[in-house]
Amino acid sequence: MAENLNITAPAAENDNILEVRNLVKWFPIKSSFFKRTIGNVKAVDGVSFNIKRRQTMGLVGESGCGKSTCGRTILRLQDKTAGDVIFDGQDVFALSREELRKLRPRMQLVFQDPYSSLSPRLPVGEIIGEAVREHGIVEPSEYDEYITRVMDVCGLPSYYKERYPHEFSGGQRQRICIARSLALAPDFIVCDEPVSALDVSIQAQIINLLKELQDDFGLTYLFISHDLSVVEHISDTVGVMYLGSMVEYAETEKIFSNPLNPYTKALFSAIPIPDPDVKLNRIILKGSIPSPANPPAGCKFHTRCEQCMEVCKYAVPSWKEVEPGHFCACHLYNDAEDTARAEEAVKEAKKSGQITVDKEVL
Amino acid sequence: MAEKGKKKSSYISGKESRKISRFNRRVTRKLEQQRADAGKDPALYTVKMEDENNVVEFDNVCTYFFTDVGTVKAVDGVNFNVPRHSTVGVVGESGCGKSVTSLSLMQLLARPSGQTVGGQIRFNMGDGTAINIVNTPNSVMEKIRGNRISMIFQEPMTSLNPVFRIGEQVDEVTRLHNPEMSDEDVKARTLEMLELVGIANKEGVYNMYPHELSGGMRQRICIAIALACSPTLIIADEPTTALDVTIQAQILDLLQNLKDKLNSSIMLITHDLGVVAGMADYVVVMYAGRVVEKGTADEIFHHPMHPYTIGLMKSKPVVGKKVDKLYNIPGSVPNPVEMPDYCYFRDRCEMRCEECSGQYPPEIKVSDTHVVSCYRYMKEGEVIKYPQSVNVEEL
Repeated sequence: MAENLNITAPAAENDNILEVRNLVKWFPIKSSFFKRTIGNVKAVDGVSFNIKRRQTMGLVGESGCGKSTCGRTILRLQDKTAGDVIFDGQDVFALSREELRKLRPRMQLVFQDPYSSLSPRLPVGEIIGEAVREHGIVEPSEYDEYITRVMDVCGLPSYYKERYPHEFSGGQRQRICIARSLALAPDFIVCDEPVSALDVSIQAQIINLLKELQDDFGLTYLFISHDLSVVEHISDTVGVMYLGSMVEYAETEKIFSNPLNPYTKALFSAIPIPDPDVKLNRIILKGSIPSPANPPAGCKFHTRCEQCMEVCKYAVPSWKEVEPGHFCACHLYNDAEDTARAEEAVKEAKKSGQITVDKEVL
Repeated sequence: MAEKGKKKSSYISGKESRKISRFNRRVTRKLEQQRADAGKDPALYTVKMEDENNVVEFDNVCTYFFTDVGTVKAVDGVNFNVPRHSTVGVVGESGCGKSVTSLSLMQLLARPSGQTVGGQIRFNMGDGTAINIVNTPNSVMEKIRGNRISMIFQEPMTSLNPVFRIGEQVDEVTRLHNPEMSDEDVKARTLEMLELVGIANKEGVYNMYPHELSGGMRQRICIAIALACSPTLIIADEPTTALDVTIQAQILDLLQNLKDKLNSSIMLITHDLGVVAGMADYVVVMYAGRVVEKGTADEIFHHPMHPYTIGLMKSKPVVGKKVDKLYNIPGSVPNPVEMPDYCYFRDRCEMRCEECSGQYPPEIKVSDTHVVSCYRYMKEGEVIKYPQSVNVEEL
């Protein structure tokens, strides 16, 4: 099946299909009258990671931490503020219109809500086939057969072609969404919470389908979710985001067995486990996520952190490799050089009178 | 193509449609009349609890919806009890009737199309008497709703009124059920409630509007409203589904603490098995409008017996337990308008046997607390009773 869908051979020289370097995306806040920019919502504020070919990277975090914005900016569905996105050796943001159009079929997106992401006025065959025809993925003579094949791969019988989305249940609709992405023979799919609107038993079907497709067609996924148990199941590597920044990144086994950042620890301890005997040693975070328009100074997590130190309030922790392949941004893992730099920053902040007042956290 | 033939059978002609409408009008009018008659005499809705230690007893409750495509048996012969000072988790997929069960208990169904047509819901009034909520008149229900039984809804964004201040919305409940209280007392009570649900800046929040608060804070306000009159039963309908994991942990922790403080019982409705395991003492598993298994949390999670419960457990990925492929339950829930007359789960079941094609399986008691509806356990336990559905044609 794989060869039929025109999968391009992986470039042997580079193992990373996607490299994201210091990606920044700010949304300006305009004043009501003169439309002057009076501030920025820092949705994504310096995120870097790589995804290897045929792997799945999970991106987790609370709502409003910038996971979805990150996924959309990578696909250039919206412009970046700074940073680079390199997809298969090409800088996504440097491409011209024409070049970008050629790249589009190779990067696809599956949305969260299968009820609103399908046009109610198009039959399923057209939903799946529209982009195929537009991008000339197959010869017109093979078009019909190709759509049938794609639908078959996603577990949709071919007579669904003439039906409309309202006739289907949530799970079936999500299959249609996946088929629509897959029909363009992509290399890379951003799955933006694909299973969170579905029931548990249907969730399992969709997760299994995504995994099968990955094995058959050599796909690479960026799997955005807030459900940590799903992420652990499907991902090879996991990145944890908090308020626009990546706080920890490692292989799935490593990060789940030994989370380093206090935020990751709290997040993982909050996962409900279906076993009444496991009386959780829960770390319950106080308050909720601060506004990304006005993030706290220093480490963004310090307002809710249990292990907050003096230095955390003033100095931004550096992003570094604490263990081989295990990245983390936290002052708890500072070496001598970082400590010196952090202390410098504290002194600087105190001198310039920028001492943050400890607000009472709700 | 079998599917195509199937689709044709769900087609309704104009004649049939008119027939259904006529039938619905006749039945609902009759049921409404019965309800009005029953409300006149308190003796008709005063009953006795089977066990005084229960707060609520659901006894063969049938709630049907008379829709334009036919009668939907959303809840069809549900039996379970909510004991005093305990948390009962009701689990199931969407559309299995768990929310309708709770709405029947609150008498909040969209009448006249939604009707509880059979069975009893006995609510313990605490003074040795009980009332049957199914035919209690509205005037009595008004004193119970929000006072004795209260509800926390799924969407904290939509269950608060955007045009009233938080304070007013919490005050309203207290004032309504305690008309003798002065305004100062009511406000003091509201501030006390806000503090109880962990809002530090209570005076400030009292004067805020709902849009100024985050999702977690709004859910705390909803909990404050629900608990304002110290109810004996709190129904929490998916209280954390719309919230983040970290906020979910906060809210669940809060609910658990408050339950102990106020000596209430909780009926926790959710589809998240993890939440139930952490909170519930008893678990009720529902499928297609019927209870398929019930027991203590320990029994359900460690010795699930019904194939549906087993499937549900296996299809949920669990942190720390690595499996290559998740189990998925094949097929989907049967059409609620045309339920089969055999076990509803038979067509999706991988352990089905010959008996499954017969009558719907009875409730089988396998231990003092553990009850399962499946023919596989016929020999292991004692048959209690078969679920009884109401024949709508006879109404």
